[in-house]
Amino acid sequence: MITRAYRHSLNGSHLAPGQPLMEVSDVSLRFGGITALAGVGFTVTQGHIHAVIGPNGAGKSSLLNCISGLYRPQEGQVTLYTKNGPAELVGMRPHRIARLGVARSFQNIELFRHLTVLENLMLGRHVHMRHRLLASLAWFGPARREEIAHRVLVEEVIDLLQIQSVRHQPVGSLAYGFQKRVELGRALCMQPALLLLDEPMAGMNTEEKEDMARFVLDVHELAGVTVVLIEHDMNVVMDISDRVSVLDFGELIADGTPAEVSANPDVVRAYLGEELSA
Amino acid sequence: MPASATGVHHRSYASELTLRHTRAERFRLLLILAAVVMVPFIVTPYWLTIANQIGIAVIGAVGLNILVGYTGQISLGQGGFLAVGAYTSALLHIRADLPVPVCIALAVITTAAIGALFGVPALRLKGLYLAIATLASQEIILFAVRTWDWLTGGVDAISLPRLEVGGFIFRQDFDWYWVIMAFAVLAVITGRNLFRTGLGRSFMAVRDQDIAASAMGVDVTRTKVLAFAISSAYAGLAGALMAHYTGIVTWERFTLDVSVLYLAIIIVGGLGSIAGSVYGAIFMITLPALITRFGQDFQSIWPQAAEKVPAVQVIVFGLVIVLFLIFEPRGLNRIWQRMKDYIRFWPYRY
Ligand SMILES: Nc1ncnc2c1ncn2[C@@H]1O[C@H](COP(=O)(O)OP(=O)(O)OP(=O)(O)O)[C@@H](O)[C@H]1O
Ligand SMILES: [Mg+2]
Repeated sequence: MITRAYRHSLNGSHLAPGQPLMEVSDVSLRFGGITALAGVGFTVTQGHIHAVIGPNGAGKSSLLNCISGLYRPQEGQVTLYTKNGPAELVGMRPHRIARLGVARSFQNIELFRHLTVLENLMLGRHVHMRHRLLASLAWFGPARREEIAHRVLVEEVIDLLQIQSVRHQPVGSLAYGFQKRVELGRALCMQPALLLLDEPMAGMNTEEKEDMARFVLDVHELAGVTVVLIEHDMNVVMDISDRVSVLDFGELIADGTPAEVSANPDVVRAYLGEELSA
Repeated sequence: MPASATGVHHRSYASELTLRHTRAERFRLLLILAAVVMVPFIVTPYWLTIANQIGIAVIGAVGLNILVGYTGQISLGQGGFLAVGAYTSALLHIRADLPVPVCIALAVITTAAIGALFGVPALRLKGLYLAIATLASQEIILFAVRTWDWLTGGVDAISLPRLEVGGFIFRQDFDWYWVIMAFAVLAVITGRNLFRTGLGRSFMAVRDQDIAASAMGVDVTRTKVLAFAISSAYAGLAGALMAHYTGIVTWERFTLDVSVLYLAIIIVGGLGSIAGSVYGAIFMITLPALITRFGQDFQSIWPQAAEKVPAVQVIVFGLVIVLFLIFEPRGLNRIWQRMKDYIRFWPYRY
């Protein structure tokens, strides 16, 4: 098992597996006349891979944006159970939510494109660093020591995701598949309590998808990180997730184990129809 | 991205984090330092004045590059912040009779605070709108120093006594050269250091992708205000040095032209590059000086030459910026990197 050799745990949550980590309740989000989310509620359990599925425009990304503070829902709560007790995420600014251990990737890669892979990953360490101005200007001393200390964990993530060869390249020049990996890595470097992945396998060929699925599983099984995963590929979802929530036109139409969900007639009608009946 | 020298293998993160990895690189640094030390002994007084101006411009340009090149917040307010530094230091010196080093330090802090204040609009504005907002801050500051007689004493130009530290009087350009260069070197080193650390990286993250930066835990608001403060601190230092060096503080030295000149310096030198700020300052200050010189030399054959100098300077200034924007938007720094790569791999093409 690879993580055994690693010195750092990538999991930032201190809850025991099986406990509720995040509760989304009655979240509604509207953009003018469009209802992106209508009273959505479900619970993410510590230690699970929790898939969120649904047709295009169902509101999956909007849901993730509500959790990470980029969108503010008009109604509802998102409660994260941290080691200091429950925290209400709605109304909190994104960087505060990140500090609580919520890390994410984006559907359309949002990397820092002029920076190298290493610098992007080091930004994943941002919340764990102290950033004192005078120390930074002086470099020698605390700032340099801190850079080196955090580099160790970053190198473990580089190793885990097998991106050693591109470490010093600007991410803007990398192939799509590598960029997706770097985005996952950047989130992992935060040692997240909760990892939100918005279609990490979109636009990949089968081989790349398998690699990515493997990485997500590694992160989950070996490091024990709880993952909320948006994914369109049903095979992947049914394979790797512990629980599935299904959105359709902003409404939660099903929530359960993969087996339960795929047997649900609403789901079959809304989304899975062809794939399951085939 | 500079080509990394081949044959360099690091055995520790510490050694990889050093800025200069090869002997050649360290030797080059030594040469530059030697040149800086020798300049005042070999150049004519005219060029020594220019060297001092370059030193001050380096400080201001490093500051502006931190804001514009590294944080992605365009600013047309550098002239105004230079003014804040110059007036603060000058007024503290003649009114409160504080020693000059203390005045300069206080000027740096004051300018940083005022820069942070004027950075607040940046939280909501981007691109062209931000440019206009910073243009407004430039004009507000100039308006203040021109019309607030209670502040400036109602004179158009404040004269300052010669700098005296511990009984030593800084009389000439030669004495000042060492002061200015020491600060310029300090500005370059601190600027360089900043972007080796997480703090500087968060600035670049805000520049490249502010939404992702906030999702990584970067407080975008705080980062932008901090970038304005740090950038203005350098401007304040440059302004204060200028005040005591020239012995005269007048608003005419801090007009919009100056803000534009500083923007030109970092564009020509290279946005997002500390070394580029230095190259840009040398280039953009030397160029008009050369034109002036040529004008004087040509006077014997063409008596009107000297009159044409200002016009030629303006034309060349505009031309240089346009040419750089078209042919090498990444500036002198990029050109220099390409030359280094060429030399390193010579005689091979790759
Ligand atoms: N910033 C926004 N402004 C206006 N409307 C938005 C915004 N973001 C999302 N929407 C709308 O909300 C609805 C849900 O969009 P969302 O991106 O969450 O869907 P999705 O399930 O992620 O779809 P996909 O599978 O295509 O990624 C859509 O109708 C979309 O047009
Ligand atoms: Mg989406």
